Amino acid sequence: MEAAIEISGLSKVYASGHKALDGIDLEIRRGEIFALLGPNGAGKTTLIGIVCGLIRKSAGTVKVFGHDNVTSALQARKLVGLVPQELATDAFETVFDTVSFSRGLFGKPPAPAFVEKVLSDLSLADKRKSKIMTLSGGMKRRVMIAKALSHEPTVLFLDEPTAGVDVELRRDMWNVVRRLKAEGVTIILTTHYIDEAEEMADRVGIIDKGKLVLVEEKRDLMQKLGKKRLTLELAAPLAALPDELARFDLQLSADGSELVYSYDTRGERTGITALLSSLAAAGVRFRDLRTAESSLEEIFVSLTGRQQ
Amino acid sequence: MNTHAIRAIYAFEMARTRRTLLQSVVSPVLATSLYFVVFGAAIGSRIAEIDGVSYGAFIVPGLVMLTLLTQSVQNASFGIYFPRFIGTIYELLSAPVTATEIVIGYVGAAATKSVVLALLIMVTAAFFVPLQIAHPFAMLGFLVLTAITFSLLGFVIGVWADNFEKLQLVPLLVITPLTFLGGTFYSIDVLPPVWRAISLANPVVYLVNGFRWSFYGKADVSVWLCLAITFGFMLACLAVIWWIFRTGYRLKS
Repeated sequence: MEAAIEISGLSKVYASGHKALDGIDLEIRRGEIFALLGPNGAGKTTLIGIVCGLIRKSAGTVKVFGHDNVTSALQARKLVGLVPQELATDAFETVFDTVSFSRGLFGKPPAPAFVEKVLSDLSLADKRKSKIMTLSGGMKRRVMIAKALSHEPTVLFLDEPTAGVDVELRRDMWNVVRRLKAEGVTIILTTHYIDEAEEMADRVGIIDKGKLVLVEEKRDLMQKLGKKRLTLELAAPLAALPDELARFDLQLSADGSELVYSYDTRGERTGITALLSSLAAAGVRFRDLRTAESSLEEIFVSLTGRQQ
Repeated sequence: MNTHAIRAIYAFEMARTRRTLLQSVVSPVLATSLYFVVFGAAIGSRIAEIDGVSYGAFIVPGLVMLTLLTQSVQNASFGIYFPRFIGTIYELLSAPVTATEIVIGYVGAAATKSVVLALLIMVTAAFFVPLQIAHPFAMLGFLVLTAITFSLLGFVIGVWADNFEKLQLVPLLVITPLTFLGGTFYSIDVLPPVWRAISLANPVVYLVNGFRWSFYGKADVSVWLCLAITFGFMLACLAVIWWIFRTGYRLKS
């Protein structure tokens, strides 16, 4: 099946000489939620800007459902909705008018009932006649999302959609995203909240210094790169780690009631059997045990070598 | 042609005028009317007729032109500058609209507004001075052509300006002086030969004279030359706009 978005050899050098993107090849599948992660300045917003036509590329091609975004710009743009990172809204217009304006701008005939539905999905129904300038920041963010959805896009870009928004809006937004995905909309999002990508995304791409470091199925990525932690709840607290256990990568919790063992699932031996027999030999008894996979955040840090 | 987009932009811009009726309609009409009161009714009677036209009536076409030029430039420049200033331009740039559609929307709305203003001013003028229009269709033609041309110029200024001061620069420092010196208040034939020759380099002279011809059937220069120069200026503005969209100047990085 044809990809929703096909990016090949995409580069961007700004007039200042800054190389924001360096030979990006990426294919976004139809109907998936793709999370693009990367530190600030990695090139996420530049990438989105080029696909949506806000920024001119230096080299490479971008296709949206087979339409080149420069030579067939109109066909490509019709399919794409964008919610940019920066809060930018009209001030004096009403919510309903500004959302209807967006629909018209994208070539769709007026559809008041559809606009009303978009507004109520985003809990904006009672604000429909309010001037945008009277709304709070979170409400303005909702208006921007409503504008992007007003023209029924097939591909939706959300650039840091939940940066600085309250819990309620985050929840509403993810409900909308889930519903859109169910309707077959392809969604590309950038986020700082790795737990969000972890929860929502089908695939994850990590971009750093203008290069795609990795693109993986989220599940595979977490399994492949993930370290696991084995936590043992001790029957009796330990004051210090017995010497016999020093050779293991063990950490004792502050109150001495838990032992945490980290191991690599990719390793030939996890060392668990040896650890357990050493524990028995040292007379350390435990009540319970649990394991946990490492989070995307840890994977991210290990790949880019820095905190996001 | 994305007619829904043109309609959306046009309606958006016209709604802005309705919201600011006092500032965008009432105030320019009132300001221009003061000229008719002072020059037409108060001191106009002491000034000799020019080419058989009373002084109060003589200045009407020039004053209408002054408002038409400044309002066209201001409306169109603000219309495109404001979205750039507050960042909502992203939507226009990502939408499936061509340069032509964007220009028709913004320039069409700005020109509509200034034509309506000009007509309002003429109606107001008729209360104070003996106004007559010899060639009404030519008058409307000049009005619309000039409104479109200067709205195109305004669009260029709105893309070029990177602060509010620059937005005001051209209307205040270029258009107003050129209009005052462009034969709004006098026939350039009364000037000494040197100043008359210099005046002929002022494009507004042709706009005012072409327009005045449509009222009183008389002009200081050829009407066809007036028409040609207005068209020429319009083509120049279109060329600059074509270049802006081709290169993404001040619109895309």
